[in-house]
Amino acid sequence: MSLEVDVDHARESFHLVARFSAAPGLTALFGRSGSGKTTLIDIVGGLIRPDRGRIAIDGAVVVDTERGVFVPKHRRRIGYVFQDSRLFPHLSVRSNLLYGRWFAGDGGTAANLASVVELLGIGHLLERRPDSLSGGEKQRVAIGRALLAHPRALLMDEPLASLDEARRAEILPYIERLRDEAGLPILYVSHSVAEVARLATTVVILTDGQVTAVGPVADILSQAEESEGGSVLEATVARHDEAFQLSVLATEAGELQVPRLSAPVGAAVRAYIRSRDVMLSLRPPEEISALNVLAGKVAAITPSANGAQADVRLDCNGAALTARLTAKSVQRLALAPGRPVYAVIKSVSFERS
Amino acid sequence: MTPEEWTAVRLSLLVATTATLASLPFGIAIAWLLARRRFWGKSLLDTLVHLPLILPPVVTGYLLLISFGKRGPIGAFLDEQFGIVFSFRWTGAALACAVMGFPLLVRAIRLSIEAVDTRLESAAGTLGAHPFLVFATITLPLCLPGVIAGAILCFAKSMGEFGATITFVSNIPGETQTLPSLIYTLTQIPGGDAGAMRLTLVSIAISMVALLGSELLARRIGVRQMAA
Repeated sequence: MSLEVDVDHARESFHLVARFSAAPGLTALFGRSGSGKTTLIDIVGGLIRPDRGRIAIDGAVVVDTERGVFVPKHRRRIGYVFQDSRLFPHLSVRSNLLYGRWFAGDGGTAANLASVVELLGIGHLLERRPDSLSGGEKQRVAIGRALLAHPRALLMDEPLASLDEARRAEILPYIERLRDEAGLPILYVSHSVAEVARLATTVVILTDGQVTAVGPVADILSQAEESEGGSVLEATVARHDEAFQLSVLATEAGELQVPRLSAPVGAAVRAYIRSRDVMLSLRPPEEISALNVLAGKVAAITPSANGAQADVRLDCNGAALTARLTAKSVQRLALAPGRPVYAVIKSVSFERS
Repeated sequence: MTPEEWTAVRLSLLVATTATLASLPFGIAIAWLLARRRFWGKSLLDTLVHLPLILPPVVTGYLLLISFGKRGPIGAFLDEQFGIVFSFRWTGAALACAVMGFPLLVRAIRLSIEAVDTRLESAAGTLGAHPFLVFATITLPLCLPGVIAGAILCFAKSMGEFGATITFVSNIPGETQTLPSLIYTLTQIPGGDAGAMRLTLVSIAISMVALLGSELLARRIGVRQMAA
C-alpha cells in the first residue's frame, strides 16, 4: 500500500505546500517545530480540510478538492497515534484497544487482538484503566488501538515526544517491529534526528511549510540542517563486550564500539554520527581516548556558506561519513579529494539503536 | 397525612419525574448544540433557554396558557392533531415544570460537555466512529455526572414549581394540585397549619433524598471512571 499526498493549505501567515508519496515502511516528516508537520498529518488524517489538494491511499482518493471529494475522518481508515496518547479514560485498556474494531466491522477479532497485544507487549495491561498506565505503556496501547481499527495507513505525531529517554528506548523497538511487520505506510512526525535516523525508511524534510527534501534516510540526513548534519551507518551487532559494557558493531567502514545495546548479536542497527563529532587525522592516531577510528579517503569538501567551516565527506570502504571541520583545519591538513585520512569518532556520539 | 395530602405528594412526584425525563433528551441535544456547534442564532437560542430563569414564573405560566391553552395556537394544534391536551391537566403541570427546570438542566449538561476533551472525540473519529457514535460512546459517558446533576436540579425545581404551574393549569385537587399548591391552599384556610407543616417536612425529605441520591450516583460514576 502507498500513500500519495499533494496538498496546499494556507492559514494566516503560514503556507503549507507538500507533495510526496509514502511507500510501505516508515516515512519521517522531519523539521523544526512550526514547520507544518502536524498540520500536514492532520490534513492526511482528515482533522483539517486542505485548501487545495489530493490525497490517495493505495489509489483510493480520500481528498480531491478539484472533484469535491472529502472523505470524513471516520471513513478514511487511517490510524492516528497522537503525541498525547488520547486513550479514553472511561474505558479499560481492552475496550480502548477494541474501540475501532467496532466500526471496522470485520472478523478475525481474537487473533488480531492477540497478535497486536503480543507485538506491543501489553498483555498484562488489558484489564487496567488508562490513567494507571505509565507514559510509555499509554503510547503502546494507543498504537495498538490505532492498528486494531484496521487502518490502511498509520500516522504518528511525535509519539515519543512526551516521554523521557528510558520510555523512548522502551517503545522504539516496537515501532521498528511495526515498520517491518505491519506492511502499511507509516507517516511519522518527528523533530529528533536520532529517532528519524533509527526508524525512517524515507525522510521528508519540511522547512517553513515547504518540502525541501525527500529521499532515503542516509542521503537526506547528512544534508538536513546546517547545525545538525550527520551520517547514518548501517550496522550489525557483532558481539558484546560485557566487561566494559560495550557492543561491537560491524559496518562497511569497519568496527565501531558503542555503549552496550540491548539488541542481540546479529541484529541490524543504525548508527548516527553527527558531523561535528568526527575529527580527522592524517596519521593513525595513537594513545587517544576515542575508541573508534575509521580509515577512509576524502571524497568531497563542501565549504559552508560563510566559509568558516567545511563538511568533508569521506569514503570509508564504501560507506559515507561526514566530518565538519573549520576551514583552517582543512587548509592545515591540505585536505583534498583522494587524500587518505583517519576519522576519529567519539563513542558517545552514537545514537543508540 | 390526609388522603388529599398523599394525592398531592404522589402527583408532585409524577409531575417532577415526567418533566425531568421528558426534557432530558431535548436538554442534552440543546446543551450539545450550545457547547460544540457554532451557528447563526446561537445566542438567541441561549437566551431563549435561559428566559424562564429570569422571567417571573407567573409570566412564564401566562405565556404557556396563551400558547398551549385549549385556544392557544400550539395547544389547539396538538389537541386537533394528536389529542394531546395540556390545559388544566397534570401533563400541563409537567410541561410548566419542564420549562422552568430546562435552563438548569441545559446549563449543567452544557458545562460538563464543554469539559470533555474534544481531542478524545477526534481520536474516536479517526478510529472509525461516526460523529453520532462518538457522542454516544465518548462524550455522553464522560459528561454523565453533569447530566445527572442537571436532572436532579430539574427534578428539584419541578418539585417546588408554583407560579407557572398555578397560572397555567390552576390548582385542581387530584389533577394539578401539586405539593406547593396544596401548601399554599392550606395556608389560606383556617386550621390548615398542621397540614402545611407536614407537607413542608415531606418536601424537605424528598429534596434531601434526591440530593443524596445524586451525590452517590455521581460518586459511583466518578469512581468507575477514575478507577485504577
